[in-house]
Amino acid sequence: MTDTATTRTDTATARAVRLAAEPLREAGPRPGFATGTLSSLRDIAAHSELMGFLVRRELKSRYKDSALGFLWSLIRPLAMLLIYYVALGKFLGAARSIPDFAIFIYTGLTAWGLFNEIVTVGTASIVANSGLIKKVYLPREVFPLSAVGSAVFSFLIQLGILIAATAVVGRFPTGIRWFYFPLSLAVLLVFSTALALLLSAVNVYLRDVGYLVEVALMILFWGSPIVYSWSLVHRQLLKYPTLEQLYLLNPITLVVCGFQRTFWVAGDAQPFQVTALGERLGIALVVGVLLLWVCQRTFARLQANFAQEL
Amino acid sequence: MDGTPVIRIENVSKRFVIRKEKSLKERLVNFGRSNLHKDDFWALQNVDLEVSTGSTVGLIGPNGSGKSTLLKMIGGILQPTSGSVHLRGRLAALLELGAGFHPDLTGRENVYLNASILGLSRKQTDRHFDAMVDFSGIEPFIDTQVKFYSSGMYVRLAFAVAVHVDPDILLVDEVLAVGDEQFQRKCLERIRGFQHEGRTIVLVTHGLDQVAEFCDRAVVLEHGKVTADGLPRDALKVLRADFEATRQEEVDRQDEAAGRPLARFTGIALRSDSGATGHPSLRTGEGLTVAVEIEATTPLEDWEIGVGITTPLGTALYGTNTRLLGVKLDRHVGPGRFEFHLGQLALGEGDYSVQTSLTGSDGTEIDVVPQAAEFSVEGDGRSQGALAAQAKFAVL
Repeated sequence: MTDTATTRTDTATARAVRLAAEPLREAGPRPGFATGTLSSLRDIAAHSELMGFLVRRELKSRYKDSALGFLWSLIRPLAMLLIYYVALGKFLGAARSIPDFAIFIYTGLTAWGLFNEIVTVGTASIVANSGLIKKVYLPREVFPLSAVGSAVFSFLIQLGILIAATAVVGRFPTGIRWFYFPLSLAVLLVFSTALALLLSAVNVYLRDVGYLVEVALMILFWGSPIVYSWSLVHRQLLKYPTLEQLYLLNPITLVVCGFQRTFWVAGDAQPFQVTALGERLGIALVVGVLLLWVCQRTFARLQANFAQEL
Repeated sequence: MDGTPVIRIENVSKRFVIRKEKSLKERLVNFGRSNLHKDDFWALQNVDLEVSTGSTVGLIGPNGSGKSTLLKMIGGILQPTSGSVHLRGRLAALLELGAGFHPDLTGRENVYLNASILGLSRKQTDRHFDAMVDFSGIEPFIDTQVKFYSSGMYVRLAFAVAVHVDPDILLVDEVLAVGDEQFQRKCLERIRGFQHEGRTIVLVTHGLDQVAEFCDRAVVLEHGKVTADGLPRDALKVLRADFEATRQEEVDRQDEAAGRPLARFTGIALRSDSGATGHPSLRTGEGLTVAVEIEATTPLEDWEIGVGITTPLGTALYGTNTRLLGVKLDRHVGPGRFEFHLGQLALGEGDYSVQTSLTGSDGTEIDVVPQAAEFSVEGDGRSQGALAAQAKFAVL
């Protein structure tokens, strides 16, 4: 009896001594727009394992109890490929001016699919996890970021199919082409993550954002050379160089072109190419990183009232 | 305990803005007039509180008094409108059991996910996993999807995960009343263990008995302000008196509406057999005289007066009234004085309260004062508890 009593007090005193040595810290997220960046990053890094769990939860629950399971994440893009290939390529005749039309379309769809999923799922992520946000304090960034994680997973599967397809048609990308892929992927991830962070936070205060995003994504899809080629745009905009530059300001256009430069080997025969694509992507990346920072800080500011607004 | 503060709440206020519009259209239409569509609600006002290591604090108060808001503020879930909340050490919040459970995942997957949400690493969860499952007692179903669990199983698993996290500060909100009795006892034992390990516990509850049993300090919140802070016994007294006042107001309103008689106690005096008055101190076995004064504004017919003895925490020990004593009271109006004599009180050492009640013979309450007066009993140091007995011991 006395033994346990002393050990008890020992643990208790040890704890008291350890706690006395610790400084007092503020409960919840730290304030400050510019100064909080480092602590935010540290917070997120400390919860990387949790993000892994959340991504796995997302993936596991998405296809749980369905007979085909993960195959569904392939069937959707393949169906889209088929539709565009038949309707646009064959019926509207786009395939005549675009060699390897299937590869061309699938390259664009793969890049677009990643962007689309990160932005849509990311925007809804905070509201979807409201139960957790109201009950436990976590750095709330983990929710949009885990949406990014699960989107990247489906993207990797599609990418595998794309690479296999290039090998099947006998035009496997080699050499300097691969330089464009990581660069455009980085631009894609940075922009979509920035948007996901910002929109998920704004969505808490204004639920219209979800619908707004749907419309904006539709416009953006047709505003990027995914199902038609850049050459077609270039031909139409020859007389309006300003409009063409405007078109090229869209980072998704650059990303899609970068993907096509890598995987659509037959595209080399196209009469027109986007000039200085590498430089453009580089600038987009720098702008994207800045945007990501601004969006994260905005998110950090807005998150203080999440629990009471949800 | 040395008094290192682990939670320091300084001048915290919290304002909730109640908006009546949510969509973009409504906001655009009402832009500039938006103040008309807002209501301010102060959930907390100028709250100061410091909690030191190893203490167990109960936050109590009526519904809507700001208890849960304060707890969420300590947990970092809500931000104060003004003031600051500072912490030391690792914090775990049991605000809702199984908040992170996903119905489509199995129990095992949910344990890892939930432990991670509460701040355990994968390795730590691996180490505690068997203990968690064992504690929950639902081993055969651990690989079943959680959506097929009964609510009891759900809560068991969630609590099992929560108590295996190693926090310095544990915030608990109304979650102790879960599971069957055997499991509840297990949970309470675990919380006692936490106390012995010097962890700080902040508890929000309506179970006042729990506060009396577990806490070494209680804080009463009312309308967002701290109205009492101290030993559970004193805080509970304040809270109970408040509850009583609110209830009495309601009863009065109803009485008036129903045309029932109006009367109330206006005074009480205690006198021990040895002649001590005020807050008398009795010896075990001594008798007590309770004199009460009433004022009836409307005539009382068919009525009773009763007195009782309770512990400071409100547990009734004894009670009697004029009907039980076989006395029929006459019609009465205006002031009146009555006296009860309670002889040979076999009470153990401690403090006691006297309760007085005025009721109609059909059982309607006219006026009740739960802690009208106090007295104490000095024992001979040979026993503990509220009851006194002539104890002897023999070896046979």
